[in-house]
Amino acid sequence: MNIITWTWIIVGASFALYIGIAFWAKAKTTGEFYVAAKQVHPVLNGMATGADWMSAASFISMAGLISFLGRDGAMYLMGWTGGYVLLAMLLAPYLRKYGKYTVPMFVGERYYSQTARVVAVICAIFVSFTYVAGQMRGVGVVFSRFLEVPINTGVLIGMAIVFFYAVLGGMKGITYTQVAQYCVLITAYLIPAIFISIMLTGNPIPQFGYGSHLNENGMQLLNTSGGYLLDKLNEIQIELGFSAYTGRGSKSMIDVFMITFALMVGTAGLPHIIIRFFTTPTIKGARASAGWALLFIAILYTTAPAVASFARLNMIHTLNNKSYSEAPSWFKNWEKTGLLAWKDKNNDGKIQYAKGNAFNGKIAFESGAVGPYGEKVVKTPMNEKSANEIYIDNDIMVLANPEIAKLPAWVVALVAAGGLAAALSTAAGLLLVIASAFSHDLIKNVIAPNISEKVELISARIAAGGAVIVAGYFGIHPPGFVAQVVAFAFGLAASSFFPVIIMGIFWKKTTKEGAILGMLSGIVFTAAYIIYFKFVSPEMNKAENWLWGISPEGIGTIGMLINFAVTYIVSKFTKEPPQAVQDMVASLRYPRALK
Amino acid sequence: MEEKYQAYWKQNLTYIVVLLSIWFAVSYLCGIILADSLDSIKIFGFPLGFWFANQGSEVIFVILIAIYVKLMNALDTKYDVHEQ
Repeated sequence: MNIITWTWIIVGASFALYIGIAFWAKAKTTGEFYVAAKQVHPVLNGMATGADWMSAASFISMAGLISFLGRDGAMYLMGWTGGYVLLAMLLAPYLRKYGKYTVPMFVGERYYSQTARVVAVICAIFVSFTYVAGQMRGVGVVFSRFLEVPINTGVLIGMAIVFFYAVLGGMKGITYTQVAQYCVLITAYLIPAIFISIMLTGNPIPQFGYGSHLNENGMQLLNTSGGYLLDKLNEIQIELGFSAYTGRGSKSMIDVFMITFALMVGTAGLPHIIIRFFTTPTIKGARASAGWALLFIAILYTTAPAVASFARLNMIHTLNNKSYSEAPSWFKNWEKTGLLAWKDKNNDGKIQYAKGNAFNGKIAFESGAVGPYGEKVVKTPMNEKSANEIYIDNDIMVLANPEIAKLPAWVVALVAAGGLAAALSTAAGLLLVIASAFSHDLIKNVIAPNISEKVELISARIAAGGAVIVAGYFGIHPPGFVAQVVAFAFGLAASSFFPVIIMGIFWKKTTKEGAILGMLSGIVFTAAYIIYFKFVSPEMNKAENWLWGISPEGIGTIGMLINFAVTYIVSKFTKEPPQAVQDMVASLRYPRALK
Repeated sequence: MEEKYQAYWKQNLTYIVVLLSIWFAVSYLCGIILADSLDSIKIFGFPLGFWFANQGSEVIFVILIAIYVKLMNALDTKYDVHEQ
């Protein structure tokens, strides 16, 4: 059977499973819709959180990013896992004790203020929409490459599936589908990694494999002498003019530090992650659940750097100095999608890979034009300064890895199903945040407080449905800034929610004035910095113009510090919170109600 | 009663400070700031700084949460504030 048949079978089976779960876990009350009636076992919640968290970016893009960045790429590995330590110790148990449905609701009640709540609702909706657009796009890309349907049709199919279980099942449906999706995505990630690890080093555990010696088979495949795999990779990198793979890359230490910190704190401030901890039956369970979540995430995150180095070795070996006419079929397939491009700069008919960008700017093709070797003709001006002839999108590294390594067709199909599971599970979690922010925080608490539970449940379903449609729209017409706004989502979560929630729990005397001004100053600073460098004057976006050498991706860390400082100082000079609020804060700190 | 609850909270804060110091040390110190000098030490094929940044931090993060869960479960019982 060929790849496409396998893909239809495996993707179809996984979708059937998700729909089946949706029917089984239909939500009947608002409690089930918002927090799965707080009946989710900590281990299952850990798995669901893992799938919720690991998005199209983690599954499809991360290993590719790392394989181009070398050691600097570890900022994503540390940044996207370290936040769970903060969640387990500083947020999850206390918010679970609070026990209500949404993050804005906590902010509103703790800071005895509708204004604070509305600011929080706006942040939550903005962060979630930013994120969800990328997921829908990921679904479209997987469909178009593996099932050869247009990207837009892929987005529509993805929308239909999410619509089904998010609208019908709410948090309950989402949770159990996410458990299934975790199983699909982790299997899809591990199997190719294990195969390739055995092929190159004989070690079946990829986490150890990339620190091992190449074996006979590996030496033959890569046409090289023996030695440690990473040493070989370093040699090849230096030969091609790159810096050593395991050494420091092009980013400054302060920037790597700040980006890592912003990602960690941003993770701990993302509403769709925080609300997962509202679903466990106990506070003990909420703490344990954070540990399980990180364990399940770490299984993928410790495999990613192995995949990154295998993929880089294989990719360079398969392509560099090979004639285009003999290039493997996956190369031409990806060329069709526009995620890969080649221009024969030195007219030798061979593909050369080297340091630097092959082209200046975004890749575009002359429509229908074919070059002397049958390649698509690139319209984008080439970069004369670099001998590099190929453009390779980060996303290809994971998706094409099994094909590059010539693994069987069903493995390639499994990777497609895994990418879809990662994107859909994250999309569903985000859609729920949007739905509950609308129906619970806006309609139930601000616009129409007297509606019955039944009406609220209907409005939650309508909000979820509406959010799916908006997300799908962004997936089909991606705003050009999707990639840029991811920095925005993390920066915003880091500079708004995180400090305010932490201060709210750990310092009883934090006042509403402090919190509101803190949130606003954190957001305004971070947003202004990002907007200036990403949208207003992108040509200024260089290390020498940055504040203390901190890139827009890392500026959320400074925004967070500003938020903490403003909240503290303003709280010192304003009237203490009412006694009832201080008592509420005290009660959060103890798992059982105090006598 | 009040004193007992304060002692519980203080102990919790102590755990958090100690564990988060380790959290900082493995990721920011070993994985970023000191990574270049640690790289001269090699464990199997991994330069040590590279390993901390790529895998060591993540593994230690999981262990830190496990320790915190254990400590807090014991503390809840000791101060009799655990859920029934």
